[in-house]
This record gives sequence, C-alpha cells and structure tokens, in this order.
Amino acid sequence: MTKSLITLRVNGEAHTVAAEPHHTLLEVLREELGLTGTKHGCELGECGACTVLVDGIPVLACLTLPQQIGMADVTTVEGLANGPELHPLQTAFAEEGAAQCGYCTPGMLLSAKALLDAHPHPTREQMAEAISGNLCRCTGYTSIYEAIASAALKMGASGVERAKPLR
Amino acid sequence: MSNFSVLGRRLPKVNAWAHLTGTARYADDIFLPRMLYGRLLRSTQPHARIKRLDVSRALAHPGVVAIVTGADMPEKMGIMPSTQDETALAVDKVRYVGEPVAAIAALDEDTAYEALSLIDVEYEPLEPIFTIEEALGREDTKIHEDSRRANVFKEVHLAFGDLEGGFAAADLIRDDWSFFEGNTHAPIETHSCVASYDGDGKLTLWTATQVPHYLHRELEKVLKLPRSHIRVIATPNGGAFGGKSDPFGHEFSAALLSLRTKRPVKFTLDREEVFYAHRGRHPVKMHLRTGVKKDGEITAVHFQSYLDGGAYASYGIATTYYTGALMTVTYRIPAYKFDGVRVYTNKPPCGPKRGHGTTQPRYAFECQLDKIATELGLDPIEYRLRVLQPANSRTVNDLRITTMGLGDCLSAVRKATAWDAKRESLPKGKGIGVAGSAYISGAGLPIYWNPMPHSGAEIRIDRGGGVTVMCGTAEIGQGSDNMLASVAAETLGVLPEDVHVVSGDTSLAPVDLGSYSSRVTMMAGNAVKDAAMKLRALLFEAASEKLGVPVERLAAAYRRVYDLKDPVKQLSFVEAANIAEGKHGTLVAAGSYKPPAGIGGSYKGAGVGPTPAYSYQASVAEVSVDLETGTLTVDKITTAHDCGRALNPANVEGQIEGSAYMGYGEIMVEEQIFRGGLHKKPSLLDYKLPTSLDTPELEAILIETNDSEGPYGAKEAGEGPLNSVIPAIANAVFDAIGVRFDETPITAEKILDALGKRDNRGMTKDRIGPDGLGDGKVDRAMRRLTASTDARERKKSGTPAD
Repeated sequence: MTKSLITLRVNGEAHTVAAEPHHTLLEVLREELGLTGTKHGCELGECGACTVLVDGIPVLACLTLPQQIGMADVTTVEGLANGPELHPLQTAFAEEGAAQCGYCTPGMLLSAKALLDAHPHPTREQMAEAISGNLCRCTGYTSIYEAIASAALKMGASGVERAKPLR
Repeated sequence: MSNFSVLGRRLPKVNAWAHLTGTARYADDIFLPRMLYGRLLRSTQPHARIKRLDVSRALAHPGVVAIVTGADMPEKMGIMPSTQDETALAVDKVRYVGEPVAAIAALDEDTAYEALSLIDVEYEPLEPIFTIEEALGREDTKIHEDSRRANVFKEVHLAFGDLEGGFAAADLIRDDWSFFEGNTHAPIETHSCVASYDGDGKLTLWTATQVPHYLHRELEKVLKLPRSHIRVIATPNGGAFGGKSDPFGHEFSAALLSLRTKRPVKFTLDREEVFYAHRGRHPVKMHLRTGVKKDGEITAVHFQSYLDGGAYASYGIATTYYTGALMTVTYRIPAYKFDGVRVYTNKPPCGPKRGHGTTQPRYAFECQLDKIATELGLDPIEYRLRVLQPANSRTVNDLRITTMGLGDCLSAVRKATAWDAKRESLPKGKGIGVAGSAYISGAGLPIYWNPMPHSGAEIRIDRGGGVTVMCGTAEIGQGSDNMLASVAAETLGVLPEDVHVVSGDTSLAPVDLGSYSSRVTMMAGNAVKDAAMKLRALLFEAASEKLGVPVERLAAAYRRVYDLKDPVKQLSFVEAANIAEGKHGTLVAAGSYKPPAGIGGSYKGAGVGPTPAYSYQASVAEVSVDLETGTLTVDKITTAHDCGRALNPANVEGQIEGSAYMGYGEIMVEEQIFRGGLHKKPSLLDYKLPTSLDTPELEAILIETNDSEGPYGAKEAGEGPLNSVIPAIANAVFDAIGVRFDETPITAEKILDALGKRDNRGMTKDRIGPDGLGDGKVDRAMRRLTASTDARERKKSGTPAD
C-alpha cells in the first residue's frame, strides 16, 4: 500500500511522517514517532490502554485514524510532565502505588487528567465514570482513586493547573 | 515502632517512574534495526490430523522472508520435565482451535498477516472431546496416543490418617458436589517477544515471561543451541497472573526465525490469540465429603477433584496435586483422603492462574464449612476460629506450618465489617459472608529437582556509593524489583533509589526460578539479603576500625554507618565502601536461597504443598441481590491478610486489592467457555473484565506475624488473598437469599432460576450446582478408575501418615 505524508501535533511538537492511510493513530505514534508510552492491549477499543488526549478529550488511539484529527493537539503520556517536572498525577500514582504492572497506566493517567481538567475536585463516582473505559487488571482501582484524589488535592492547593471548560 | 529505615514504609516503587512516564520498555516497545514481524497461523480445528501443510505460496508472497513449521522444531517441550507433551508448533496433529501451526516472518506486520491465508493446510478431522466426562469415558478416542487410560493425563491418590474411623466418629457428614468454571488471566499486555541472533553466534530473546530460566532451558532443547549461547531477558510484564509462565510457540518461532534470517524478529499476539495461549484456571468438578462432631470439630475429609486440563500438560501435574495439598493447612483435619484426576480435552491448555489449583478446592471447602456451620447453628466466623490449625504444627499430610495468622485475619474482618451486628439485622436480599484461605510462599521444591539454590542474587557496590542488585526474578507488576531494592537498601543502609536493579536477565543475573507460586519475596528476598549481609559485614569491619567502635554497636541507615550508642560517630556509606574496597578489593557478593529441609513428607506426591511459610487470609463480602432481576451486587469486600511482614504496606495492600478484584471477576462474570471447540468469547468485549464501575469497594487489612523463614519476616501477598474472596461472596449470597451456589460464576440468570423467576413455572431451588460427575456411564467408568487405582496405591505405599 502507498504511504502518504501525515502531519500531527503531538505533545506540542509538529511531526510529519509517511504512513499507510489505514494505520491508526496508535500505530503511527508507536511505530513512526517512537512514542511507545502509548500501549496496545486489544486494538479493538476494548481495553483503553491506548488512551491519548486529542484537544484535551480522551480518545482511543487504536480506533482513530490520523487523518481524522488533522492538526489537533495530541497528548500522550510522554507529554504529561511539564519538562522535568512531573504532573501531580504522575507523582500521586507513584506515591499511592497506583501503577503495578504499569501497562494500563499511561491511558489511565490521561483519562484522569481529562477528568481533573474538567472537574478539579471529582467525587468517587466521577472518578469511576472517568476511568471506566480503562481496564486495569492489577489494582482493583482502589489505589487509582486514591491517587486521583491526592493529585486533585495537590493541584487545588498549588494552583498548578486551573480547570478548563468542557468543550 | 520499627527499627527499619526502608521496610514498612509506603515508599514509591523504584520502577514507578518508568511506568508513569511511558519509558518502561515492554517487549512490544522494542524496535530493532532490520527487524522482521512475525505472525502465527493457528489451527481452525479442535482435533485433527494435519494431512498436508504447504507454505510455498506464502513463501513466494512479496515481503515474506521466512516460514517455519512444526517439522522444524519437533522436539517435545513443556514447563514440567516429566510431562513434556507439546511442540513449539503443531506436529502431525492439532489438539485445539488456536494451536499454532506455522510461523511467518515478513518485512511488516500487514504482510505477515496477509501471507497467513496463503499457507495451505489440509486437516483430517478427528472426533473431538470437550468435557471431563467424555474425556474419562472415551477409550476409543485419544487426544494424546500415549494416555494409558482414556484421556486421563494424571491421577493422584493420597490418604492420611484413619479416614474410616474419622467418618464413623462423625455426628454429621456432608457430601457436596461443586463446579468451578475455567477462566483466564487476561493481562492487559498481550504476549510479546523479540529474538535477535547476532553475528557473534548468540541469541537474545526479550520476552514477556514470568520464567526466564525455564524458558532458557527449553530454548536450548528445542533449538539445539547451547544454553551458553542464549540470553533470555524477561521484559517488564504488563500483567501476567500465571499466564506467562509457560514456554510458548511464539517464543521458539521468533528465535528460530531469527536464527534462520539473521535478523531480529518480533511476535506480538493479538487479544484473540491470548485466549488461545491461555494456561488459565482449570474448570474443576469436585466432590467433598466432610465429617464433623456436634461442636464442629472435623473428623475426616475426603476430597475428589476432576480437572479439565485442555489439550496439553502445562503445569497440570502440579495443578492436580495442588487441588488437594493445601486443604489441610487452615483447619484441624485428622484424617484426609484426596483423589485427583486431570484429563485432556480439545481446548486451549489450562495452567496456573493466581492461586494455582488451590482456588477451586478452597471454594468447595469454604462453602461446605458454611453449610456445616448453618446446620450446627454456629456463627461461621466463630466456627472457623474454633477449628483452626495451630501455628508451629504439622498437618496430617505432613506439611510444616510456622506462623499462622488465620485467627487474627478472621477477627480483623469480623471487627472491621461489624459482622456480629450485620449477621443479625440484614433484610432479605442483603447478605454477608465469610471465608478463610491460605497459600504458599513459594514451592518447597523446584521444577527440576537438583541441589542448587532456588534463587541467587549478586550485589556490587561501586565507588560512588551506588548499589547494583542482579537477580533472575521477573518483574510482572507484583513489585519484585522494588522488593529487591528495598531489602538490599535496608540491609546495607542506603535508600532504594540508590539501588540499580538488573533482573530477569539470564546472562547478567544469577538464576531465580521465576515469578510463580508466590515465591519471589521469600526466596529472592532471602537471597538478596544473604548477599547484602556479606557486604554489610565488610562495611562494618571497615567502619569499626575507622571509628574505633565495636562491630556489634554499628548500624547502617540513610547512607550512613553509625555508632548506635553515639550516632555522632559515623561514616558516610561512600566512605565506608571506599575503605572496605581498599581492604578487600572490589565489593561484590553473591547470596543464595534454598528452602529448608524437612518442611514436607516423604511419600510420593509430597513434593507439592510444602513451603517455607504459609500465608493466611480471611474475607468478608457484603452483597445485595435484586429479587426481581436477579442482579447480584457486591457492595464491599474486606480482606485481612497475614503477610508475615509488610515490606512495603502500600504494595501489599495493592496485592490484596488486586486479588480481591480478580476473585470478584471470577465469581461474577469471567468464564473461558466453548461451543464445539470454538471459544465463545475471545475478546474483551465478550469476555468481560470488571471495570471501575463494576468493582466493589475493597478494603485491605494487614496482619503481621513476622515469620522467621521470610526476609525480615515477610511471607507472600500476591495469590492467597484471591482464594478467600470467591467463597465469601457465595456464602454472602446464601445469607441474602438462602440459595447455595456450588457453581461459578453466579450469574443473574442462575439467581433467577433459583428464585423461580426465570420462567412461569415458579419452581424455586435452594442450590445451584452439579449433582455428580455426569451420566451413569461415566460414573461407572469413574468408579472403576478409582477402585483400581486405590488398590494400586494401597499396594504401593500403604498409608503414609502416622
């Protein structure tokens, strides 16, 4: 099949790559851009491991074609930290032991980020709803809730990030 | 409270940062120059002879570089040396739908996938066998030609104590049949590996495996390449739960294709293929006969298990023994008989899943104890507390028990859940149930019987105060790297972040047998402690001379070696290390661990069950049943777990919660089931895993008994806490609606059936579960089987106990 040129904006950087038109955003991120932090668990939209943010909204990269998103802002786990400074969610996940095998973690972090951006002080129900598309086989989700709550507290206290309006 | 500087603290895992920034390199994240992409052709037939296998059209397809078939790797392999019945790719015959038949390496994945359809296979279908009953009864059809009797893979018959006398002395004897449905691990990471055969004649295989050492052995055998020329590197596993602890066809295929093409070759299974790779929980039919006195004291237990093993051995011989072995370590049992039979069927092979072989019998036993308590009018917790197996004892089947925290666990969950008040007051439709359980902290015997250590570790201290720990353990998400770093840091007096862990690498690290049987904290923990103590002695000797303080008065913590009496007298860790290196040369030490002798019996079959120390746990489940829709909601699961000592409480709680989650999934919804040999739900849409919205509130309580066998007192935490959850839920459902579920999973359909609301006939049932093994024919076959083998066993061994 013929490859075509695609330009994507990922983690604030524009990249132009040649990719086959049927290749998904997941494949392009991992195989063309070397951003292997985004995981594949099923490639059928069932597990949520490939969750990335597109203009702040969680999407499944395995069900998204790069052509669909044009120059929208894609955020992957590699773009979550602010330079050398980890995102409060990353710190909180480490402190609460919310990553065991770590495989669902990148997608989980991005779903959690979208939640906190929309709801800086989420309830347990809002957390459960927000990560319900991200399967975790290790934790039973308990420590993930604790991590999100802890990050919310820190972000509220430090004012690191302000809530953005839902689009 | 404690004198530890590292252990007992909720420190982040040393490898957390890699997980949280996307930099952890799982097998599928490895991309090497000139790498080829592999795909497996899988059988479409449950049982068939391969009449013709022609790869020429596929090989001619542009972009295809090489293809291998079973004929290229005919050597039998498997995890257990005595039951190797599998080949890397099918030879002559296929035995389940999804069995790998051929492997393609191509320039890209799309090409490899396209070329699969160009491989011509002609099958001659054979009669398939799908059930335990058929497998036991069909002498005319053999899945493996060398099965001596029908399709029996393994029979076990063990008897201890005076069984007849025990039953004769009983005031109440219960007979219960039950069935535990099979299910699978479903780690989020699918199996993946990359093989690279370099110009220097050495093969490296990066793979998501729990058992790099055993895989190393099998690669040598199948590839006919000396083990010294093979390096296996276990990549961080994205979840495993037992599902990555066999050697797999894709691993051999990647290796051989790399040998043939002199290029790196990657195989990553898709989600559907993971359901065929399987090695998950065995479906088991069980009969349990227990005799008790009026006060509940157990007088005798006779347990029979019939395991549906699927098409190959996997760990099946151990699984069969495990269904019987650990029944005795929780409550006093003076007489015990166990009969286990594992059969072959034309389905993906079953193997070890978290709780390996003990989960199913524990379900049967704890549900039956609940029935006994009800019949005797005893509170289920009170009853269990009354019949506990004591600490520092030996069971009737000769298992040595050290610390035993089941009583503390039961008391803890009783208090935490306000059990006594709730038992009295819950309305119909609401229920509360309890169960206890136990697990091993590593198998007492290795898979290959030899006198070598089960775990080895090397530690090197560099001149800048860095500590490198090398150990063959596989990090599967359970936190083994962090455990190694923490034990080393505690012993040497540095911080875990100062420790560089090299694990799972057969060339760089001493052998650890692998991440199975919850053995890593006990065995690798002791090995790394052993190595660290040797280096600590050198550091203390150096510090003693320099500070003029006797060695006994020295301690090490927070990168310092200091005088306990006068902590101002101190050396930095770097200073102490540099002086020690000046005196003794390069600071390297090796440590090793082997379980102690005398922890089990000497009868045939005594090898499965002993462990340095058993973990114990108790769960209370609180449930609601919607009496109109049959919907079962688990409101909360509270589990107390005797982990010996929590080296990192946050991580131990994570294991308990994760176990509760997985047990919850098994009893609520998960089933690996088939229709005519075809998997009914080989995707995560159909094979439901509990999401965040489904999972109940989980509470973990740590019980510390400080076992002298464990490193700093620790026992296992990864598997045992799953076992108590499943029967606790079933017992809570009985409390809610008065129906016994002797069968998993408990679906809304089954609840409605019991409540008489599934149809208009309104017939209610007080129990859902099997009534026997099958039709009369099978029963007769089984009776024959049991009778004849009983005689054989008696002749061979007599009664081993007493």
